[in-house]
Amino acid sequence: MIKLSSLAHVYDQGRRLKFPCWEIGDMEQWLLLGASGSGKSTLLYIISGLLKPSQGEVLINGTDLYSLSALERDKFRGRHIGIIFQRPHLIRSLDVLDNLELAAVMAGLPIDHERNRSLLADLGIDGLVKKYPDQLSQGQLQRVSVARALVNKPDLLIADEPTSSLDDENAFQVIKMLTTQAKDNGAALIIATHDARVRDHLTKTYLLR
Amino acid sequence: MNIFKISSKNLVRNKLTTMLNIILVAFGVGILSVLFLASTQINNKLEKNAKDIDLVVGAKGSPLQLILSSVYHIDYPTGNIPAKDAYQLMHNPMVKRAVPLALGDNYNGYRIVGTDSTFSNLYGLSIQKGSFWHKDLEVTLGSHVALTSGLKIGDSFFGAHGLTGSGDVHKQHAYQVKGILKPQGNVTDNLILTNIGSVYKMHEEKHPENHNPATTEETKEINDKQITALLIQYKSPMSVIFFPRMVNQSTNMQAASPAMESARLFSLIGVGIDTLKWFAIFIMSVATMSIFISLYNAMKERKYDLAIMRCLGASKFKLFFLVMFEGVLVTFIGTFLGLFIGHATLELIGIYQETSQAKLTGLTAFPQEIYLIWIGLFIGALASLIPAMQIYRVDIAATLTKDR
Repeated sequence: MIKLSSLAHVYDQGRRLKFPCWEIGDMEQWLLLGASGSGKSTLLYIISGLLKPSQGEVLINGTDLYSLSALERDKFRGRHIGIIFQRPHLIRSLDVLDNLELAAVMAGLPIDHERNRSLLADLGIDGLVKKYPDQLSQGQLQRVSVARALVNKPDLLIADEPTSSLDDENAFQVIKMLTTQAKDNGAALIIATHDARVRDHLTKTYLLR
Repeated sequence: MNIFKISSKNLVRNKLTTMLNIILVAFGVGILSVLFLASTQINNKLEKNAKDIDLVVGAKGSPLQLILSSVYHIDYPTGNIPAKDAYQLMHNPMVKRAVPLALGDNYNGYRIVGTDSTFSNLYGLSIQKGSFWHKDLEVTLGSHVALTSGLKIGDSFFGAHGLTGSGDVHKQHAYQVKGILKPQGNVTDNLILTNIGSVYKMHEEKHPENHNPATTEETKEINDKQITALLIQYKSPMSVIFFPRMVNQSTNMQAASPAMESARLFSLIGVGIDTLKWFAIFIMSVATMSIFISLYNAMKERKYDLAIMRCLGASKFKLFFLVMFEGVLVTFIGTFLGLFIGHATLELIGIYQETSQAKLTGLTAFPQEIYLIWIGLFIGALASLIPAMQIYRVDIAATLTKDR
């Protein structure tokens, strides 16, 4: 489903990163491992179409991401890739439901109220629909951001350090939530982390040095 | 959930800033719309009332005062002129129509004008009820006078000396209402018309208690048969050059042109209007700056939101539009609020205005006000252009990696 070949990226400061080839099949769940500064985030941004690599290509479902125009790439990302950030960024002026609906609107898709409801129910946060981000706990915010990433039924779910600021118990729950939700929604999953606690839960790993 | 909702939610979140910006825009637009409405209305009134009057002849004094008193019925007359001299001018070959006016009395602030049938020809007056005045002490009321005073045909009333107030009432003779005029939309709506004889009659017999020098002198003037002014219409435009000079040089009277004097009046008021106009423009530019600064500052915080929206699939243009829309929405609301304030203020001024001759109203709109709306939208777009352009420079990856 996803194929990276001969990828390399040169930073503004001149540092050069080379990424090994990587193939991800449908609904496969991968760990992206590496120490801080090894380029995990950079690779994630490249896969999400947010950062154009200096060299190489990214094929998703046969589409070469960087041969698309910027506009098409934005649209492609909105429809096929769900991203969960290390910190759950929600729009603070909008309530939980509006934040979910925003994902569909920004991707130019119709709002599927039924799906939004069932997603929130699955994640156990259907009681928070009218709450604003300021009123939620860190764990609740995390769940909302997972729901938001899944709204448009993406083919690929990307999570960047989802457990780094959580204790063992919560870290375990988040990983469980991510793997189950990815499976239930038919999406492939990439979790980028340097967190040793996560390693036991996924089998496939891609290591950056 | 759409762009409109995202923008308005964000504006609501920053209530105070949004309110400040809306109020600034509203004030600017409000002042401009008051100026615009008031000057258009005054101009229209001045033009309408002086439409067919080429020249006014009256006693020497301020020409502006002469015009104001005998054409617009606002100021006090400059004095009286001998009826004999006035009648001579009336029969001058250059004169097409001459209307004599005898002023001096009022009823509840409405001026009683002694004149003859040429007055109704000059203003194209027509009767709604009853008839025109024929004999002494018969009056015809302007439509507005009839409406507010409640006088009906057959009623009688006493006039008071002077042009305002009802201190010195002429108790010896009562006027009788003979007819009511159709609304004309000009100054005649606020006048009480009678013949010159009635005005003379009012002033010829004096009660013994009235002994001060001013009134005795006045009595003498009236015995010599005087009138207040003469409204003149020329036969040909050529007379504009000769006639006023002839009056000013060879008689003891002065001639004043309504067109020239109202232009002079406007250039006097114009200074004030200009000052206010610049003040309004200043407020509008402060509003533009304020919107610009608040949007620009908010961009630091909003970079995050916008980067997330990009991740969710929004194009740069969509977000550019989002920020622009916010600025324009503020000025749009401000502009409409300003137009409302402008109209309401003018209506309020109209209600508290003492002189009914130049009453202003906020209940009219002019098609030119659309320009104010365009100006509002334009400054909104102008203020949000630079903040919105930043969308194109935001590095999503860098923004999202940084901590909030």
